[in-house]
Amino acid sequence: MNLTVFALTGAALVGLGVYGLIARVHMLRRIMAFNLIGSGLFLFFGAAGARGVGLDPIPQALIITGIVVALSASALAVGLVVALARSSGTACLPDEAGDT
Amino acid sequence: MTTTLPLLLLMTSLLPAAVTFFLAQDSHILRNTLQLGGAVIKLGLIVWMLFAVATGATYEAEFPLAPGLVILLRIDALALLFISLSGALWLLTTIYAIAYFGTKAELSRFFGFFSLCVAATTGLALSGSLISFFIFFELLTLSTWPLVAHKQNKPSLAAAKVYFTYALPGSAALLWAIIWLESATGPVLFTEPPDLSGLDPAALRAIFALFIIGVGVKAALVPLHGWLPAAMAAPAPVSALLHAVAVVKAGAFGVVRIVYDVFGAENMTALGVGVPLAIVASVTIVWGSFRALQQDEIKKRLAFSTVSQVSYIVLGAALASPLAMIGGLVHLVHQGLMKITLFFCAGIYDERAGIKRIEGLNGMGKQMPWTSACFSIGAMGMIGLPPLAGFISKFYLGLGAMEAGAPWVLAVLLASTLLNAAYFLPLLYRLWFLPRAEDARGDERASGLVLPAVVTAAATLGVGLLAASPISPLGWATLIVTQGYGP
Amino acid sequence: MTALISWLVLPLFAALAAIALPSRARLPAALLGVGLTVVASIWLTIEVWNTGAVTVSLGGWRPPIGIALRADGLGAALGVMTALVMVAVALAARHELAAKVAGPRIGFGFWPLMLLLWAALNAVYVARDLFNLYVGLELITLTAVALVAISGKAAAIAAALRYLLFALAGSLLYLAGVVLTYAAHGTLDISLLAARTVAPGDALALGLMTAGLLVKTALFPFHVWLPPAHSAAPAPASALLSALVPKASLLILLRIWFEAMPELATPMTQSALASLGALAVIWGGVLALLQSRLKLIVAYSTVAQLGYIFLVFPLAGGDGAAQPWAAGAWTGAIFQMLAHGLAKAAMFLAAGIYIAAIGSDRLGDMRGLARALPMTGFAFALASITLLGLPPSAGFTAKYLMMTAAFASGQWAWALVPAGGGLLAAAYLYRPLSAIFARDTALTPRPIPWAWQTVPLVLAALSVALGLLSSIPFEFLQIGRPEQAAEGL
Repeated sequence: MNLTVFALTGAALVGLGVYGLIARVHMLRRIMAFNLIGSGLFLFFGAAGARGVGLDPIPQALIITGIVVALSASALAVGLVVALARSSGTACLPDEAGDT
Repeated sequence: MTTTLPLLLLMTSLLPAAVTFFLAQDSHILRNTLQLGGAVIKLGLIVWMLFAVATGATYEAEFPLAPGLVILLRIDALALLFISLSGALWLLTTIYAIAYFGTKAELSRFFGFFSLCVAATTGLALSGSLISFFIFFELLTLSTWPLVAHKQNKPSLAAAKVYFTYALPGSAALLWAIIWLESATGPVLFTEPPDLSGLDPAALRAIFALFIIGVGVKAALVPLHGWLPAAMAAPAPVSALLHAVAVVKAGAFGVVRIVYDVFGAENMTALGVGVPLAIVASVTIVWGSFRALQQDEIKKRLAFSTVSQVSYIVLGAALASPLAMIGGLVHLVHQGLMKITLFFCAGIYDERAGIKRIEGLNGMGKQMPWTSACFSIGAMGMIGLPPLAGFISKFYLGLGAMEAGAPWVLAVLLASTLLNAAYFLPLLYRLWFLPRAEDARGDERASGLVLPAVVTAAATLGVGLLAASPISPLGWATLIVTQGYGP
Repeated sequence: MTALISWLVLPLFAALAAIALPSRARLPAALLGVGLTVVASIWLTIEVWNTGAVTVSLGGWRPPIGIALRADGLGAALGVMTALVMVAVALAARHELAAKVAGPRIGFGFWPLMLLLWAALNAVYVARDLFNLYVGLELITLTAVALVAISGKAAAIAAALRYLLFALAGSLLYLAGVVLTYAAHGTLDISLLAARTVAPGDALALGLMTAGLLVKTALFPFHVWLPPAHSAAPAPASALLSALVPKASLLILLRIWFEAMPELATPMTQSALASLGALAVIWGGVLALLQSRLKLIVAYSTVAQLGYIFLVFPLAGGDGAAQPWAAGAWTGAIFQMLAHGLAKAAMFLAAGIYIAAIGSDRLGDMRGLARALPMTGFAFALASITLLGLPPSAGFTAKYLMMTAAFASGQWAWALVPAGGGLLAAAYLYRPLSAIFARDTALTPRPIPWAWQTVPLVLAALSVALGLLSSIPFEFLQIGRPEQAAEGL
């Protein structure tokens, strides 16, 4: 029961993230959306790993690695958005609408 | 020795090519030595082998690439016929080209691709399997493109583009045919005819058609001939090479290989594809001559004449009778000799007297007697006057047509001969009988240009006069047909 | 084993050294790292050739607890190709991206990024664990995006961000598939997965992973990010991006379809993947035909050239009894990966020389450049022969093997793709070639060092030589080949 809640929450986070990714053009929001999706997947992963007899350590190890990877990707993305905003005055991609 | 000889033959052209590309523009002596040296050594090797092969020896060399992709070089009588032609004419064309270009620009590039082109032709002649044939066929396409474009002006770049536009789809058709056929038979070697029983007749007919389209582009079969007249924008030595030795000959040679070594005369008759091929060849013969009649530029007239003449070879192969085949094969050599003479002369007229159009020829016979004599011999040979080379070819083709039960071919030969006469005789008339224009000046103070033309003109006369001898092209063609394809 | 580990670790250390050392020592350290990694890659190749696939269980722990690395013929061959491209790029970048010429930002940033990318690529070539592959893919993405943005120009940053968006979306799709796989089977090791009992969720997991990898490989219709990104980077970086980066995701695609879950393939999914490949060949070719800048033409041609490789899905195992070889289509697809890598890197490096010489890569400005830079023109022409699939280049070997498999398995319609694609490639490459070889001589290009000019020429010649000497690589690729490569999916 407990695990199902985790899994469902994970799925909901993925859904929210996908919505944000599609509906928003501001790059910071999109980066947030990516992080939401990632967190949702990791939550689901953790829930899946806790099902069997005893605790499976592998998903935890993998999730930690995944979080580090996601952090690096976010850092690079934010850096690029800042550079984009400095050089073009907007934090949206050139051919997309300028509203946030 | 048996494996090194084919390799050596290839290397005599390939090595000079590889080195020449990197030579400086002004190292004329080294470049010319390389080119001439390669050509002379090659000719020596060919003569050596002529005697060996006449007694039945064969040479073979194999280089496996990926499985199924094997480059097989093999010297048989047919390969040797083509290679002797290209070897001898390469030497003469090189002498001619050295004199023609003098110290003009981009010579290292030109001679590099020139000998690469000859290497491709050599490989093509020596190919013992379909896939090696294709590989060298493509190498030929690639190496002739820069030759056609050599002048780099608008017309020659346009001509080169037209050449590619025809050649690449042709190659695609050829590759398609090869892979289709080999998917049922396994890799095809020319020594052993493939077992065609795995394919139904409709598929075989389609494969045959694709093969003919593939090589027909190079052989300039109507309606795939458009690139050839356009390619006359190239310099004269290139035209000579293209029309007599390399490209169109490669196409015609391909037709012979496909008809006799891949399908076999019997299968061709059984499939009913011989007669359509003969009709295509006949249409090409008549249409090419007809178009030649309408041209006022000398080189264009000669180009359409090539379209017509090369199809004699195709016609000989298509008729599938021994005598017709002898006629076709011997024409492979004869047409080469005659056409190269004519292009050598056209180049001399252009270079030494600035004559490009036929009106310019008026009265030049006395100004440029050697050139005009050679031109006349070549032209009369083309018409088929005895005892010149062209007569022998036509005679055997006619006999072969009767043998094959296709008397309508005689009408084609007759029509073509009349047309040949109609487009060549006026030129001779202008040369020898019309008065020269006031300002027309020409000289022959370039022995490097005139000498090759004299040699090939003499050969045109010689192969006709000595046709009965066993070492003449006719004797050799008879040997090929009786050795390999006897009925 | 030592060879494998040093091959993975050396570029990583070199990258760190290139960051940490004082500026005078950076370039020598980076070049030393390149040299050592090349030696390691040759060493590994010899080991694989002599003893078969090399397997290492890290820390002595075997899967499923530990992580296995395995260098088979495919991985090692891609490793050699990568090493060749890296050396060439390093030699070109020494001139092109020196701090004096390209500014301190590029002069500093390029070397560690290049070496990190190398380490990540090598890791992907030998990883046997789906999550390990994910980490490798992410490392590749991050370095590749940074390489796109390295010039700092607004257009480059926008292209990099767009690339990052697509790449992250692809990564998450892939990750979702990995998570589902683990949830169902409790392992991510490719060999163990091959022996699993099929679970109902496997199709979804495979579908998600495939979708993610397709986005990263820029298969039609996910290709829109590739041309702007590849053409915005400095030329040596473009060479890495076009020649190497998409190969990593393609390799994973081959691994999961042919090794981990081959039984899930259906005729429909195979045809669907190959159809997307065919559309990529056509669409990439048509768009390449419409471009007026050399780097964009070359970038769109990458979209087209990657399309051929997807024919492997329906064609693998299609070599009937008439043929003397097995696994023709599979090996052909890998030949295409190798040939394209070498030829495409040569093309981008040639483009880099032209840009350095005249400051532009517009076809109109490049007319007659072959006169001043004949070797570069020749290199571009040789590389074109490979992309056209003309003999004797390796592109022809690939095309021939795939077309033969198509006919032998009675699916001749797929053979139209390489045949027609070659003609299309001729059309789009004819324009730059005819511009370069035109007669105009108005240009006065900057002189280019001789050593730099030979770099793309050698790469292009290698792409032809790979075809001429294809029998040895052909055999090498069969080392550790999955059964399905010969039997078909």
